[in-house]
Amino acid sequence: MSVLNEFTKGLWKEIPPFRLALGLCPVLAVTTAAKNGLGMGLATTFVLVCSNIIISLLRKVIPKKVRIAAFIVIIASFVVIVELVMQAYVYPLYKVLGLFIPLIVVNCIILGRAEAFASKNTLLPSIADGLGMGLGFTMSLTFLGAVREIIGSGKLFGQFIMWDSYAPFEIMVKAPGAFLCLGIILGLMNWVSMRQQKS
Amino acid sequence: MSDFLLLFVSAAFVNNVVLVRYLGQCPFLGVSNRLDTAIGMSMAVVFVITLASAVTWNVQQYILNPYGLEYLQTIAFILVIATLVQLVEMFLQKSVPALYRALGIFLPLITTNCAVLGVAVLSIQNEYSFTSTLVFSFASSVGYGVALTLMTGVREKLATAPILPTLKGTPTALIVACMLALAFMGFAGMVH
Repeated sequence: MSVLNEFTKGLWKEIPPFRLALGLCPVLAVTTAAKNGLGMGLATTFVLVCSNIIISLLRKVIPKKVRIAAFIVIIASFVVIVELVMQAYVYPLYKVLGLFIPLIVVNCIILGRAEAFASKNTLLPSIADGLGMGLGFTMSLTFLGAVREIIGSGKLFGQFIMWDSYAPFEIMVKAPGAFLCLGIILGLMNWVSMRQQKS
Repeated sequence: MSDFLLLFVSAAFVNNVVLVRYLGQCPFLGVSNRLDTAIGMSMAVVFVITLASAVTWNVQQYILNPYGLEYLQTIAFILVIATLVQLVEMFLQKSVPALYRALGIFLPLITTNCAVLGVAVLSIQNEYSFTSTLVFSFASSVGYGVALTLMTGVREKLATAPILPTLKGTPTALIVACMLALAFMGFAGMVH
């Protein structure tokens, strides 16, 4: 089924940001803890799916010349919705994610999928594509957040899980650790795909 | 005057936009291959961020705040930025073609650079006056340019170095960024 294919490609083959090098800013910034990564991923998934739906429904109506501006307005509206909902219901998470919630607007994943897919495909594949990419993004963020949180503070989702005398590598929850972690993970994924290509 | 100097140093180095605040990563990792493109990108970024912050500050003060529309900040700012970049591009093409050619394709690309929206929103969040906003945005973008140029210099040298095949390309760029971020952490505590 091609709709299922659109959904699963976002989960491994074209997983952002590990395979599809888009939307890097929130990846590095919010993955200080697994919970933050999860929250950001879910917020982005919501915006991605909703904007994919609207853009796919309006794809024959939006003139080509103003399509980027139209996409941005549609995406920004959903970002405002997410912002207000998060501010109301998950205020501690909202404070931690801070500046990066409004920055979902310029997340290249959402604009990229709108331009490359939703504006050219019907409703159901667009939903599947948005859902797949969004869930892949959420998984990557949560994974990276978990790695940084475990090594950098010994905790996972707020629970201390390392051995008692573990001295955390605090650098991992700061800027250099983010770059280093993402670089090593990307290197590992390159290695995995090289092994797959050989066999 | 010394306040502005302090603001400049803190925005450009201590809280460097790309190495400490994590903004503007995609072009940072994507454009840092050649020195001339990096310098072109830096110039474009300085120009757009300063101009965009100036305009969005006024939009916030005179349109959003008086009418209680603060929740529309995201939509208003991004529309202003997109339109501004388009107008600037058309204006430069007609009046200063040399600058337009120097900036090249980077000008339209900057609309999706999260550093532009990020710096604009930060100026409002930090409740700066108009002149402070100008200094802050100019300094942030200069810091961005400095980090980008440093990154490009290192990557150009590494282009011919023997690196593991799995780490070639973006992983190496990220590890270099890690080193740069570590270096910039040395600035922390410079400004109280």
